[in-house]
Amino acid sequence: MKKGIAIISSIVCILVGLLFGLILLCIIDPADSISLGFSPLILSGLSTAFDPNWIAAGTNLMKLGQEIANAMPIIMTGLSVAFAFKMGLFNIGAAGQYTLGAFGALYCALVLKCPWYVCLLAATLLGAIWGMLPGLLKAYLNINEVISCIMLNWIGLYGVNTIMCSNDKMFNSSQAKAYQVGVVNKSALIPDSIFGWNISETFNYAATNTGIIFAVVIAIIILIVLNKTTFGYELKACGYNKDAAKYAGINDKRNIILAMVISGALAGFGAGLFYLSGTVQWNPLDSTALPAAGFDGITVALLGLVNPIGCIFSGLFISHISVGGTMMQQSIFPSEISQLITGLIVYLCAFSPIMQEKLTKLFEAHKKIKHDVNKEEK
Amino acid sequence: MADYVIEMLGISKYFPGIKANDNITLQLKRGEIHALLGENGAGKSTLMSILFGLYQPDEGVIKKDGKVVKINNPNDANDLRIGMVHQHFKLVECYSVLDNIILGVEPNVAGILQKQEARSKIMELSEKYGLQIDPDAIVENITVGMQQRVEILKMLYRDNDVLIFDEPTAVLTPQEITELMSIMKKLATEGKSILFISHKLAEIMTVADRCSVLRKGKYIGTVDIKDTTAEGLSTMMVGRKVNLKLEKKEATPGEVILDVNNLTVASNSSKKDAVKNVSFNVKRGEIVCIAGIEGNGQAELIQAITGLSKQKKGKLTLCDKDISHESIRYRSEHGMSHIPEDRHKHGLVLDYNLAQNIVLQRYREPEFSKFGFIKFDAVKKYAEKLIQKFDVRCGQGAETIVRSMSGGNQQKAIIAREIDKNPELLITVQPTRGLDVGAIEYIHKAILEQRDSGKAILLVSLELDEVMNLSDRILVMYEGELVGEFKSSEVDTETLGLYMTGAKRDNITKEATK
Repeated sequence: MKKGIAIISSIVCILVGLLFGLILLCIIDPADSISLGFSPLILSGLSTAFDPNWIAAGTNLMKLGQEIANAMPIIMTGLSVAFAFKMGLFNIGAAGQYTLGAFGALYCALVLKCPWYVCLLAATLLGAIWGMLPGLLKAYLNINEVISCIMLNWIGLYGVNTIMCSNDKMFNSSQAKAYQVGVVNKSALIPDSIFGWNISETFNYAATNTGIIFAVVIAIIILIVLNKTTFGYELKACGYNKDAAKYAGINDKRNIILAMVISGALAGFGAGLFYLSGTVQWNPLDSTALPAAGFDGITVALLGLVNPIGCIFSGLFISHISVGGTMMQQSIFPSEISQLITGLIVYLCAFSPIMQEKLTKLFEAHKKIKHDVNKEEK
Repeated sequence: MADYVIEMLGISKYFPGIKANDNITLQLKRGEIHALLGENGAGKSTLMSILFGLYQPDEGVIKKDGKVVKINNPNDANDLRIGMVHQHFKLVECYSVLDNIILGVEPNVAGILQKQEARSKIMELSEKYGLQIDPDAIVENITVGMQQRVEILKMLYRDNDVLIFDEPTAVLTPQEITELMSIMKKLATEGKSILFISHKLAEIMTVADRCSVLRKGKYIGTVDIKDTTAEGLSTMMVGRKVNLKLEKKEATPGEVILDVNNLTVASNSSKKDAVKNVSFNVKRGEIVCIAGIEGNGQAELIQAITGLSKQKKGKLTLCDKDISHESIRYRSEHGMSHIPEDRHKHGLVLDYNLAQNIVLQRYREPEFSKFGFIKFDAVKKYAEKLIQKFDVRCGQGAETIVRSMSGGNQQKAIIAREIDKNPELLITVQPTRGLDVGAIEYIHKAILEQRDSGKAILLVSLELDEVMNLSDRILVMYEGELVGEFKSSEVDTETLGLYMTGAKRDNITKEATK
């Protein structure tokens, strides 16, 4: 019942966000707003999937593939943020942990020429270390994790960019970007096939690979850890009520550090999945921007109701909308509208407790009327 | 000419799911002290909040001097000369007494404060009603009793003639209570009308002229105090006969379970030590009570014993094991149970369900977990057993979210958990705070049963009735030191009050307690 209401309120947030998007499109160009704007925006990859022209060309699933590939890292950062939330911590440092994860993956792939699983492990490890730092600061010095996370985001970004630019095995000066993993070291690419099924070929999109399966499996593991284990029990107890957890003899310092380590590892893993998919390149000269995937994680976690399985769906949805944004008629509608919509949805998510309360009341009133009617009939 | 200064007629107030007030009528005569009696959750506070303008009634009317009035907010109430002393005082701690009294109605000429004028009016009022204050003292430095007098003066300064006292005696010593009672009587004879909210029958019997009783949101009736007895009132309040006096056998203390030796603990709030060189012990089969006014180091003492905070120096021994530097978990697993003072802060994870709260310290035991996975079936079964055994009322059994349970049942759940751990030492702090008479009766019996089954019990209580009723041995704590030790059968509340306020003290040495 409670979960149902929470899901409904999330869907209401999405609908209101989309409605706002529609209004905006109508303001920009009322005549084409539906056909060239709103329809490709919300159908996104689905619009091409069933289009006969695209089917004939054999590329009809490509956009869906792109959605999945883009969803992988933000599902992971979403899990990262959600996991820390359960402990009552706000991991705004997912972007920094993601940056470190990307560096770990690329260094192992480009410089050390390691196979993909080593690269992925390195990404996870560096993310974990970057998550541990604010954890240590919080546990032992009571420094607010939000502040230390934000600072570590920038320290991580500038550190990574400086090292990358000075390493000619990583930095391709002619392109002004990091080398492509797929070109330099094919063994570092995450496998395309599982059990004989070539995911990449199915979608006809190189970056779509078994990474999405990793992401789903990890979400399920996180769900089990949170709900079935003593560790998850302790973690949530600390998150709900720190004082009661301490009273119960739970070591909250240890749990704060562990939660941040795991949270950081998840973000780092997500970066590994993304940068080892072959096509994307790190741009160390673009030094003013933290990777958006880190902050999208907050969106994903909130929209996914801080639930690991919810994160899978919300990650896919946000990726869906942002791919849809690029599919609108670009000469009329800027693709940033999709970001505006996700921004609005997150904003609405912040009000979702109020909405849940109203919905609960509505349901209760409805039940009561039904109950009274039944009584009278008897 | 209206006989009644305030009439609340047919007042109803609904909250989602409950009727907090159901057709309540309250009539306050001019110059009387009218008690409003009811258990927790009976609707007293809601009714007073309506009178004070914090809530609007869904049905019913309020009349002042026979005229219907609408009170939309506390300012309206103030304009109608209705004033209230809240249970937790609303004072600016770093302001002087004088500044606090005039705050909000500062006398001024063109924006310039006229303190001298205010001062003379306050001193006049203070003299007239016998409310001794020092107008230049800073509020944080004065006693709770004086803070209350400041609150009363605030009402008088605003020329209020209807005065509401919300559980005014909860924070006072016996001496201060007596003084308050005489002040209230004096105010009434000077023509002020007083509404006195309380659940302490003895106080109502002493001071009130009439008493209205609420039960579960409904109006039960109004009685003249001279025509009734404390038993009669309690029957009206609870709806059944309640045993006010606990049947208790003589204690038979056995060996020492907890030994506290020269314990010194730093204060939570200031730089001073809250507990200074305290030594005592608790033996098997006895209830030892630490009595004292709030804030004299009891909280810090218990935190050090239970491990929530570290002591500065001193030694703690539990069942002959030195636990001075052991963790909370170690103490809990080696025979210490703790019913904490603040059940919402320490005792429960409100968003966990009942079953999860029942195993709050024990989820790691093999009975409830395996390879790091919690055995939810076993947890649920155990919780259901305790729900049965301790009569915890909850909507959805073991799966009830604890936040949705009533305070009394939350407390019962904690008590069930702590007692069923089968401890050697049961530490219980204010176990009945904010609970109704029925629940108090139950909890006192449960604690007594534990004593009789050979547990050592350390009780901290601010309620003197509870201290006198329950304990075998009383230690009085004043400013971080133990200043008196008594057998409960050999001491009266007046004497305890003298020790609690520091007016008297004995030298308690380690040897004396042995």
